[in-house]
This record gives sequence, structure tokens and C-alpha cells, in this order.
Amino acid sequence: MTPGTNTMTNDPILKVEHLSMRFGGLMAINDFSFEAQRGDITALIGPNGAGKTTVFNCVTGFYKPTMGMITMRQKEGKSFLLERMADFEITRDAKVARTFQNIRLFSGLTVLENLLVAQHNMLMKASGYTFLGLLGFPAYKKASGESVEIAKYWLEKAHLIERADDPAGDLPYGAQRRLEIARAMCTGPEFLCLDEPAAGLNPRESLALNELLRSIRKDSGTSILLIEHDMSVVMEISDHVVVLEYGQKISDGTPDYVKNDPKVIAAYLGVEDDEVEEVIEEIEEIEETQGGKH
Amino acid sequence: MSNISNTHESAGRNLTARALREGFFAALVALGLFVLFVGLETTQNIRNELVLNQRWGLLAVFVIVAAVGRFLSVAYIRPWMAARKAAATSKAPAEAEESFFKRNFSKIAIAALLVYPPLMVMLFGVQGSLKWVDNFGIQILIYVMLAWGLNIVVGLAGLLDLGYVAFYAVGAYSYALLSQQFGLSFWVLLPLSGILAAFWGIILGFPVLRLKGDYLAIVTLAFGEIIRLVLINWTEVTRGTFGVSGIPKASVFGIWSFDVGAANYFPKVFGLAMSSAYYKIFLFYLILALALLTAYVTIRLRRMPIGRAWEALREDEIACRSLGINTVTTKLTAFATGAMFGGFAGSFFAVRQGFVSPESFVFLESAIILAIVVLGGMGSLVGIAIAAVVMIGGTELLREMQFLKQIFGPEFTPELYRMLIFGLAMVIVMVWKPRGFVGSREPTAFLKERKAVSGTFTTEGHG
Repeated sequence: MTPGTNTMTNDPILKVEHLSMRFGGLMAINDFSFEAQRGDITALIGPNGAGKTTVFNCVTGFYKPTMGMITMRQKEGKSFLLERMADFEITRDAKVARTFQNIRLFSGLTVLENLLVAQHNMLMKASGYTFLGLLGFPAYKKASGESVEIAKYWLEKAHLIERADDPAGDLPYGAQRRLEIARAMCTGPEFLCLDEPAAGLNPRESLALNELLRSIRKDSGTSILLIEHDMSVVMEISDHVVVLEYGQKISDGTPDYVKNDPKVIAAYLGVEDDEVEEVIEEIEEIEETQGGKH
Repeated sequence: MSNISNTHESAGRNLTARALREGFFAALVALGLFVLFVGLETTQNIRNELVLNQRWGLLAVFVIVAAVGRFLSVAYIRPWMAARKAAATSKAPAEAEESFFKRNFSKIAIAALLVYPPLMVMLFGVQGSLKWVDNFGIQILIYVMLAWGLNIVVGLAGLLDLGYVAFYAVGAYSYALLSQQFGLSFWVLLPLSGILAAFWGIILGFPVLRLKGDYLAIVTLAFGEIIRLVLINWTEVTRGTFGVSGIPKASVFGIWSFDVGAANYFPKVFGLAMSSAYYKIFLFYLILALALLTAYVTIRLRRMPIGRAWEALREDEIACRSLGINTVTTKLTAFATGAMFGGFAGSFFAVRQGFVSPESFVFLESAIILAIVVLGGMGSLVGIAIAAVVMIGGTELLREMQFLKQIFGPEFTPELYRMLIFGLAMVIVMVWKPRGFVGSREPTAFLKERKAVSGTFTTEGHG
């Protein structure tokens, strides 16, 4: 068990073991292991270029890792070795959905259509791989009605219901972020990977995002892994934080534990090794004064 | 203060002066450009001697047109356009109720097409209608169908296919060869040639679809050429450049035939005068039905998950994969579906011509079909149909413009200028409407109201 982890049950939904990724001469990730517990919001943080997005791309199949094992265990106990699967299979079969750091919406499709595309596999089956649907079988009509209901549910959650018939490219930035999360949720995932969901959001929007993520976890039971730079989001909502620097894990635990880990502080503030002690003292002082205020 | 009252007048004078000056420069440029091209002409006389003709009059016409055109454009047209633009922006955009014609455009168009052959027979007589039904009606509808088929690949899925004519050729040769070798009827071979073309679409698709953008375009271009070269060189089967002739005609579901000698010859059964016009009218309705089938299937497919996946693929392939969509099979289905309609059109082409040769399936055909799709507005069926009418109908119409001979002299053959005008029209349309005639896209699903998506949000696709 990693230090400072407060989860009582040890039921990892995602287990990353000895993950390494090499790009030519660059070791982007070096022997990285961590676990994300079921029902938790796990945050992956680290300075720029630490390899967070590379970890994400390995987990979601967009990169094939050089070494290591990534195991996804679904609720019913089915296990998938993600490093062996193609990217679209990971979403379709292993039920891992993701969003992107630079938003990737179908900008020429309407908001509603974006959410319907996300339900592609379910609708394909219902339409008998297009043939039965083309002939007008009722099964497809029913499924298509249901898919609109699912889309509506997520539109309401993301506060986008008013804009359902507008092109996705026409939405303001914050709404596009929420739509991308809603779209990922429409694939019916058990594990949701968010790549910097709060990037570029103003404080109000990032509060709304926190609320959306919490309600996703509560209502859908989806576990979340997120990369984030916005510490207010990370510390506020995550149950478990993993810190990455130069492709290696330097800390792993509860937000409070990580916040006070001298290694993390050093990584973020960039101090010499022998100054770490001083920094810790300073931080303790600051916390004491803050505690006095409360 | 006195200056201000004069500004308007002086501005007008300035404008005229500027227009004169620019007109003069335009004349100079035109003179420089055309003095050798137009002013001098070399011809061979009967003794094979090179004779230099001087055509100063014609050169003068060119120069004057340039000068006057420039003058008018600067002095009148541009100020008028600017004034109109200013007026348009100052006026609140009035919510114009779409006219009845615009709302029901497709229904009216289909009705018009249904009454087109009888109307032509009434106007020009049975024999006279031949030209209008065959050269205009059938010719345009073939291209409409081909462009609608290619639209699935290029307009919806965003895969640039420069070798679409290959599937057209597969369809045509499937019908030509199978009907001659095995005596199968058109109604058996029509679906079969569609299936064969789709099969070739998949064969091509497998190795090719991992390529993107320009690379995909080049490889599809090569595929089109390969099919054509095979048709030329595989002489034992295809008879090479001689082509396959004497292809059997289609019959009305085997009930009535259009072979003159047959007992159930169509005009004979109905007591009409012998004429090939009836066959053409039948073919007109046949291609109309095929084209409408293409449109119907496209419209239905767009509302199915596969159609949405095609459009999503055009917008962003990586996002598609992140949503669990198998992009390879999605692209393959787009390729196969587009190819299938190409195959249908091909077998119809063989039946209509009664003769197929590799010369009908050159790259230019692919380019024309693609141009129609792009001009019409990628993804829009109505826009593409309009583009086909303008492009194919326009070039056919050039043959009719015999009065041009009186202007440019008796040797002038307007149809030779077809490609020139074709190119010019394309440039003009692309400048005027960069997204094609119909640039917006109809959403496939909506909650409250169906709002067209402006072309600025859609992408052309990179795969």
C-alpha cells in the first residue's frame, strides 16, 4: 500500500506496472507504477514535460508502451491488458474513455450529434450493423430514441441542453470542455481519463467542472483519472494524487500527503537537494500561520 | 470650410480620373499580353508554307474590352457594390420566410424530372425529344448519380478519392462482359456489378486506408489508372482499346423488350411508331430511379450510426478512435458504399451506350465528378445536383450555341472551349462560394429545431 492512501478497500480499477516508454533516445516514462482505486478520483500531476500525457496515451492505447503492463479490471471482474489492445478497442471493450488536452470535438456536428456519435457501438449493434436499421426495423428506432435520452441526460448535467442544436464549434471554450467530458461519458465508461480538463477555464467554470466530476463519480460510479495543473481542482476533488517528474514517480498518496512531500515541493519549486530541509520548514511555518487564521 | 462642400464633387472627379488611369493601364497590360497571342497568327497554307497573319482588329477588340471593362469596374461597379454592401449591413437582417419554392425544392425538382420526357416529346416530337432526353437528361443524371456516390466517400467521410472512375469502369465492364458471356439480364447484373464494384472498393481500401490526405489521393489516382491499363492490356477478356460492343439492351423487367426483332418489342406492343426514343425515355426513368435510390440511401445512412461516424471521421479521426469507433471498418464501408453506387452507374452506362471502351474511364472523368462534388458543396445532395446540371448541362449546351460561330468565325467550335469554360466557372464559383453552392450542412438529429450548420464549422477531412 502506498503511504498516505486512505482508501479502505484495495480494489484497483487500473493497475499500471513498470510502464516505460521510449521515444528514440528519450526515456519519456521510466519504470512507472501506480494504481487507481475503483470509485476514486485519481490525479496525475507533475511539472511540464514530466510525461503525464504520455502515460495517458499509453493507458488509452494511443501509444504502445515500450515496456510494462496496464491492467483494467471491470466491475464484473473482467480484466483487460490495455497495452495489447488498439485504441478504439480500449474504449469499446475495456470501457476506458478519454478527453484531450487540446479539445477534439466534431466542430461541424451539432452538440447533440457529438453525443450520438459517442454511442456509435451501441447503436451499430441495435441497427444490425446498419442493415436492419436501413430496412426500418423497430429495434433501431427504439435504440435511437434511447440514445437521445442518454444524450439529453448528459447535456443537462453539463448545462448544455440549451445549445443542443448548435454546432459544437460555436460553443465557448468552457462549454466545449464540458461537452468533451459529456461525450466521453456517452460511451458508457467505467474509467474516465481527463487530460487537463480545467486548462483555460476561469474560476467559475472550474468550479462547475469540479461539480460535474463529482456528480459523474457519484451518479455513474465512474472512476476518474485526471491530469491537472490547476491545484485548486486537484486538491479539491481528488482522493489520490500521483506525482510524476522526468518520467518517474516521485510521490503517491492523499492530496495532503503529497502537498507536504518535500520531493514534490522540490520538483515544483526547483530547489537544490540540500535546500529541501529548509523548504519543508518554511512550508510548515506557512501552514501554522494559516491554521492560526482559521 | 469651402473645401468641405467641394469634397463630394472632387471625390467624384478623382474617381473618374482614377478609373481612366486604371483603364489605360489595363489596356497596356492587355496589349502586352495579347499582342503575340492574338495580334499575330501563323498558319500553314496549301504549299505547307508558314504564313503570318496580322489580326490587329481583333487585338484592338481585346484591348478595348480590357480598358472599358476596367474603367466601368472602377468607376461604377465597385462604388455601387460598396454602397450595396453598406446598405445591407445597415439594414437589420430581416428574418426572410423561406419561399415555398425553396422549402419544397427537392419535391418540385423530382416532379419536374418525372414529367420531363413526356414534355419533351410533346414539344419536339418523338424523334426530336431524343436529344433532350438522352444528351441532356440521361447524361446529367449519370453524373448526378456518380457525384452522389462519390459524395459518400469525399463529402461525408472526407476521404479524397481521385480514382472513383475505376469503380464506374468495374461496373460497366461487369455488365458488358457478363451479359455477353453468360447472357444474364440487366436486372440480375445491375446489383451484381454494384457488388463487384464494392468488392473492388474493399480490395483497394485495405492497403490504402492507413494513408491520409494527399497520399491517399495519389494512391487512389494510381488505382484508377491501374484499372484502366488492365482494361487496355488484358485483350483476351476486354478486347483492349477496341472495347466491348454489342452489349444487350435492358428490358422493362423482362416483360417488354427494346430489341426491334423481339415479339414483345415495346412500341409494337403499344402500337407506337418504331423509334429508339422510347428506349431512351425508359433509360431516363431508370437512371432517375437509380439516382433517387442513391439519394435515398445517402439520406437514410446519414441518420444511421454509420453515417454519423463517417461525418465524425471527416471532422476528427483521433476523436473517433477515442470514442471506440473502428476507423478502418468505417472508412472501408464508406469506400465500398461509394464504389457500389459507382458500379450501378457503370452498368447503366454500359446499357445506355451499348459499347464500353477504356477511353470512357480516363482520369478526367474522376476529376469532373470530384469537381461536381466540390462545387456543389461537400455533403449536400441538392448542391451537388445543381452543380451537375450546371457543369454537364452547361458543356452540353455549348454544342447548341451555334450563334457563337457568327461572332468568332465559322471555324469556331464552342465545345472545344468546354474545358476552358469549365475551369473558369470553377474558379468563379470557388471565389464566390468557397464552400460550394450549398455550404451549410443539415444536422442529422435535433432536440428542438433543425438549424443548418454553417460551413465555417465543418472541416473537409484529411484522410
